[in-house]
Amino acid sequence: MSDPSGTTPPGTAPITRDEVAHVANLARLQLTDTELDQFTGQLAAVLDHARDVEGLDVADVPPTAHPFELVNVTRPDEVRPSVDRDEVMAQAPVAEDGQFRVPPVLGEAP
Amino acid sequence: MTATTTTASAIAAAVRSGSRSAREVLEEHLAAIEAREPELHAFNLVTGDAARASADRVDAAVAAGEDPGPLAGVPVALKDNLCTRGVATTCSSRILEGWLPPYDATVVQRLAGAGAVIVGKTNLDEFAMGSSTENSAFGPSRNPHDTSRVPGGSSGGSAVAVAAGFAPLALGSDTGGSIRQPAALCGVVGVKPTYGAVSRYGLIAFASSLDQIGPFANTVEDAALLLEVIAGHDPMDSTSIPRPAPDLRAGLHRGVEGLRVGVVRELTGDGIAPDVAARVTAAADALSAAGAKVTEASVPAAIYGLSAYYLIAPAEASSNLARYDGVRYGMRVDAPNTPDMNLATRTAGFGDEVKRRIMLGTYALSAGYYDAYYGKAQKVRTLIIRDFAAAYADVDVLLSPTSPTTAFAFGAKSDPLTMYLNDVCTIPSNLSGDPAVSVPYGVGDDGLPVGVQIMAPALGEDTMLRVAAALEATR
Repeated sequence: MSDPSGTTPPGTAPITRDEVAHVANLARLQLTDTELDQFTGQLAAVLDHARDVEGLDVADVPPTAHPFELVNVTRPDEVRPSVDRDEVMAQAPVAEDGQFRVPPVLGEAP
Repeated sequence: MTATTTTASAIAAAVRSGSRSAREVLEEHLAAIEAREPELHAFNLVTGDAARASADRVDAAVAAGEDPGPLAGVPVALKDNLCTRGVATTCSSRILEGWLPPYDATVVQRLAGAGAVIVGKTNLDEFAMGSSTENSAFGPSRNPHDTSRVPGGSSGGSAVAVAAGFAPLALGSDTGGSIRQPAALCGVVGVKPTYGAVSRYGLIAFASSLDQIGPFANTVEDAALLLEVIAGHDPMDSTSIPRPAPDLRAGLHRGVEGLRVGVVRELTGDGIAPDVAARVTAAADALSAAGAKVTEASVPAAIYGLSAYYLIAPAEASSNLARYDGVRYGMRVDAPNTPDMNLATRTAGFGDEVKRRIMLGTYALSAGYYDAYYGKAQKVRTLIIRDFAAAYADVDVLLSPTSPTTAFAFGAKSDPLTMYLNDVCTIPSNLSGDPAVSVPYGVGDDGLPVGVQIMAPALGEDTMLRVAAALEATR
């Protein structure tokens, strides 16, 4: 694994094949061996380009998560019209009794 | 002049006065679509029958002495990441094939309320991730000026629809340039409004701190007209700015006498094709001749925008696209248990570029790397905002190219990083949240359109479009 501090030495790949496999699993994506090789090279190139910010001194700069400062936006807690439940459930791959049906979450199907 | 080269403003005036029927206008546009759509592939879906029904309602309203609204009978094309109730909305992704949204986006409701006639859903790079429409699961759109070239992206289909005369107006979304860049490559006007100026309720999310809906049009005045209709506060979007829609057309043609225009040094040098740079210089000279005070301006951190953007946008996308899990809507690939079903569905449903960005974002947010990548990118975003603010202390608007080159050939930028470099001029305005517009201004050495970008401080759409209109008038 590369150095988690982010100061990966120049010349080393910013992301390894094992890390891409790990990230794919976290993101619930399955990659073939060929895809793993291809994506590792492509992601490494993007992360390598991102190193151009390493020279910037941002130690005292606050992060921006959103372009404009937001405060909590609330509304009165009153019942009002919403989307139609049947219309929503009709879009589910499988629905039953007004609920989304999925295969077993733990273990194999009986 | 045929209907398909008439402006939206002229169509609406004619329909409201009863001198033309909305149905007649629509049929002419549907005929234009039928003639050239097979070659250009602007649309994922043309909604001809529904459009005829809306046009007939507009005509009935006029006949009854009612005013159908400022877009009476104007055909409008919608990017296929805007929800339309009961009408397929795919994001050009297999994972949403067959999905029928249970509600209309706010912009769709406002278009209907203004008398517009929606003609169809336009093609895009899958989930708006791309700059060419080559990432669409349904095949790319083609540039009407040269069908061997890309139309730009991600809102390529909307740009093509307007450029080819399929509709005088279209809506797109712009996260890193996805309205402005295809507008530039197809020779039409494209506006990214201030973040929060247009409600995003019903826009399928890509990167929530950057996404904004905006208009495509053939003229600056038409773009202003459409923006007036879709802008303004919406309680259904918590990021919507609480102020009414601005009047953008009243002062549109007041000229640029006395306005200060800054040409951004960092976005006009290295990496910009000489023929594109020459058009920006010509635009600066034309504005100067029209009475503006043109100077050089500096936004030093803008050159770091690309690096920050390609960490922030994928990070937000990795979170937003976690919802496509085969449970509640869209595609499901069956498997014996739910984790395998999630995996099989996402693996089959997403294309390569979407997978790349999800993985990049997941990595940038993962334990041990968050501070080095996502955290640092957020700090760079602050620097860009500060540099824009400093530049706007001295000038009213900023000028740059929209895209570093004219339309490129299909397959020319198959390497992802090479494709990302296209967005260098457009990304800074998304990071700052400020508005920007691309105005067609002549052609490059290859005879293809060049777009000039005008940027303004937040909520400065009126001044920005005034400069755009003045520039348009000097063509």
